[in-house]
Amino acid sequence: MENNNLNVIIATDCGSTTTKAILIEKKGDTYRQTFRGEAPTTVEAPFEDVTKGVLNAITEVEELSGRKLLDGEKIIIPSNGNTGADTYVSTSSAGGGLQMMVAGAVKAMTGESAQRCALGAGAIVMDVLASNDGRADYEKIERIRQLRPDMILLSGGTDGGTITHVVELGQFIKAADPKPRLGASYKLPIIYAGNNKARDQIKDLLGDNMALIISDNIRPSLEHENLMPARHKIHDIFLEHVMQQAPGYPKLMAMVSAPIMPTPAAVGAMTQKFAKANNYNVLAVDIGGATTDVFSVFSEIFNRTVSANLGMSYSISNVMAEAGLANILRWLPFDIDEQDLRNRLKNKMIRPTTIPQTVESLQVEHAVAREALRLAFEQHKALAVGLKGVQQERSISDAFEQSESGQTLINLMSLNYIIGSGGILAHSPRRTQSMMLMMDAYQPEGITSIAVDSIFMMPHLGVLSQINDKAALDVFYKDCLVRIGTCVAPKGLARENENIMEWNVVEDSGKKHSGILRFGEIIRIPMEGNAKLTANPVRGFDLGEGSGNKISRKVEGGTVGIVLDGRGRPFNLPKNHSKRIESLNKWYKAMDMYPA
Amino acid sequence: MAHAYTPGLKAISCARITKNRLLPIPGKVLVEKGKEVSALDIVAETDLPGKVYPMNIANRLGITPDEVKGFMLKLPGDKIKKGEVIAENKPFIKWFKTAIESPVTGTVDAMSEITGQVLLRATPKVLALKAYVKGKVIDVQPDFGVTVESEGTFIQGIFGIGGETNGEIALAVESPDEELLPEDIKPEHKGKILIGGQHAGIATIKKAIEVGVNAIIVGGIHDKDLRKILGYDIGVAVTGTEKIGITIVVTEGFGMIPMAEYTYKLLVARKGEQASVSGATQIRAGVMRPEIIIPGYPKDSNVCKKEEGRGWIEPGDIVRIIREPHFGIIGKVHSLPSELTKVLSESKVRVLTVELAGGEKIVVPRANVEIVEK
Repeated sequence: MENNNLNVIIATDCGSTTTKAILIEKKGDTYRQTFRGEAPTTVEAPFEDVTKGVLNAITEVEELSGRKLLDGEKIIIPSNGNTGADTYVSTSSAGGGLQMMVAGAVKAMTGESAQRCALGAGAIVMDVLASNDGRADYEKIERIRQLRPDMILLSGGTDGGTITHVVELGQFIKAADPKPRLGASYKLPIIYAGNNKARDQIKDLLGDNMALIISDNIRPSLEHENLMPARHKIHDIFLEHVMQQAPGYPKLMAMVSAPIMPTPAAVGAMTQKFAKANNYNVLAVDIGGATTDVFSVFSEIFNRTVSANLGMSYSISNVMAEAGLANILRWLPFDIDEQDLRNRLKNKMIRPTTIPQTVESLQVEHAVAREALRLAFEQHKALAVGLKGVQQERSISDAFEQSESGQTLINLMSLNYIIGSGGILAHSPRRTQSMMLMMDAYQPEGITSIAVDSIFMMPHLGVLSQINDKAALDVFYKDCLVRIGTCVAPKGLARENENIMEWNVVEDSGKKHSGILRFGEIIRIPMEGNAKLTANPVRGFDLGEGSGNKISRKVEGGTVGIVLDGRGRPFNLPKNHSKRIESLNKWYKAMDMYPA
Repeated sequence: MAHAYTPGLKAISCARITKNRLLPIPGKVLVEKGKEVSALDIVAETDLPGKVYPMNIANRLGITPDEVKGFMLKLPGDKIKKGEVIAENKPFIKWFKTAIESPVTGTVDAMSEITGQVLLRATPKVLALKAYVKGKVIDVQPDFGVTVESEGTFIQGIFGIGGETNGEIALAVESPDEELLPEDIKPEHKGKILIGGQHAGIATIKKAIEVGVNAIIVGGIHDKDLRKILGYDIGVAVTGTEKIGITIVVTEGFGMIPMAEYTYKLLVARKGEQASVSGATQIRAGVMRPEIIIPGYPKDSNVCKKEEGRGWIEPGDIVRIIREPHFGIIGKVHSLPSELTKVLSESKVRVLTVELAGGEKIVVPRANVEIVEK
């Protein structure tokens, strides 16, 4: 549905607390984001109408741009001179986003496929039910009863295979009789995307009490995963059932020129466009107050996970609970009493809008952020895997590698780009802080560019890309991505201060830098533009061309520049307390992370 | 005049409070509109469907799923008692007989000839919904519940654990900055709502549970004590269902923090009166804070203040700093500069200057203060 006759575009993202509007205008051949406005989201009482917040945000854009966009409560379409826009698009995560429960016969097989299907559609997965999930049957039924999802995805079995397990899951769902989260007046939607032979039995079981929608099997055979038909059904139901229950959404749906997308689905769409356009492997993260979303595209395979309780304010205590205090404390270059740290984090949880006033307080938040990013990435790696249970044909050489099915698709050496968004990454006082947080949490290997989405524009651009690819990509490159630099991290381990790499950087401007990287040190070369890097790692160290092999490549600078990370991979902090503090201080100083 | 919006917890001596009391599923409403109710009156009730117990009869009897029906002694819809035989095989030799007993009293819910699974459902449990606050029923939502309106003192805490409870207000300290110690808790505090000062430690909370105190209202607690009481770390602030034998309402935060004087005085003024308390806290969209409701107005009508506070700060207001490095300190707003100011962390934020008791003036981000009622 490509629409090339667009000169003025208005896009909104209706978040849980804030509705953000951006104006995009065509300047010559290029689209640019020109103005933005924001207003509180108005889904909850006393307004209970999402369009009020949308109109308020657009009014702010009107005031700033001088362009008349509204005629009363209507957006003026099409544009004419300094009036109106040619299209209006929107995403939404207001009211808690799309919440789903998924079920599959075997947890590691159809259970995981169902999870990937729902997450890729932009949902929060409340629970994964499976015949072998370790819970007793009555516990499964109790759990379904307690949840109030927006919809359920039921899968299980390959086409033509046994139907017993998936029918049993259907029986449990029927017995539990779960109620929809929004409004008790409509039937809970359930998508059946399992063994095609069990469709009649599922219809008999669930057809009367629930809004049953049949889709193609997400796992028609063990070797094949087919997620898109069920994902489309999820989006249809999101618009037809769930959104219809949310306050003001029927009105909003009538205003937009393209279907409303769940915010994470739009971010996923933009991540995929960027990866495809550049033939990159990409990792994108959005760390919020309550949740952390991770998106990846590796070898053209897209995955998304959401860590529902890892975040920097509402969920900050949960980061402590999951990571453990020791893992947070290890990033701090000073001693802090355990009771004091616990109380500080809990006080942030109960008063989530407070901000760090001192450097020490900021460093505590940065320590927590590293752990939240790391844990969310661990969860992502566990789900972004090849299909499990697949018979593999092995050659003699494969047999030596002993690789199993279901290995993670995330390969840090082949990762080209990391994009960070969310307050702690996008609005840190110094960009070196954002870069260091991502380097410490993800430990990229080889050569990896790093950027931030400074005002979280990816949702708007993702939904826009559904109708105009060029507009979305133009704005993405020119206004959305803030390039902060490139991390060059040789993979390998050595003794402290051993020479591990000779390097040479020639900036596009002609300025030259060169030197030796020693194990355990970080060297930062500030530069805004691009440069040519030539690096010669010693044997035992790899930059992507194999151990000890020279590499020569064009690299991106940015607000931070090129960072040569000689801390080794896998990177381990010193175990000795004073050595750890000394090392942290040395690295933070090399990055110019904090005021002296 | 310059002013800044700020979050603040409600502490209102004379408030009109409405509470929706709704069943999770349809049931029967037991009171009509206009009726006066007390806190413990049941206003609505419903039968919560009983737990479901799946049993794979085919596997248990070693038969195929489509044979199950022929071996069942009880069929869907039939009532069953715990221990009653619901299915059995018919071997030639009776020693090989297998009889399957029901693990529950209730009914047979469903039977599948595809999976061989039989679902048993326990007898429904009656859910009786109390009024929770003394007041008048002003609205009835048929089949679901009522809205109760009450006039009285309304105080919100910042964080709580434990569900709804009621009791008489009793004092265990003499000032808001006194620590509530185990020896302060006496046998006569059983069933009471106990007002502490700046802090309650693990030993104090354990003693209160042992004595049978219904709720503790206190300025602060330590997170490590909370973990010890619950046996786990609270990850996200969604509470109210903890079953620890007591409800705790924290009015100020984590640490040793004196209870705000205004809050303390409101509670002291109502000593000996009945209160409704809930520890339920939810800090996400649709914020819910723990609360103390004391029906009726204070006897001293001079302390009766009906406005909720204006919701923003002006010079001269008393504020509490709610983040390090001055956490817990109370001061007076001196000025509200409009320009963005770079603080020590190098963030550029809107700030205010606060004058402390000794006359010293400090700069604090506006996001890091909350207004204190006078």
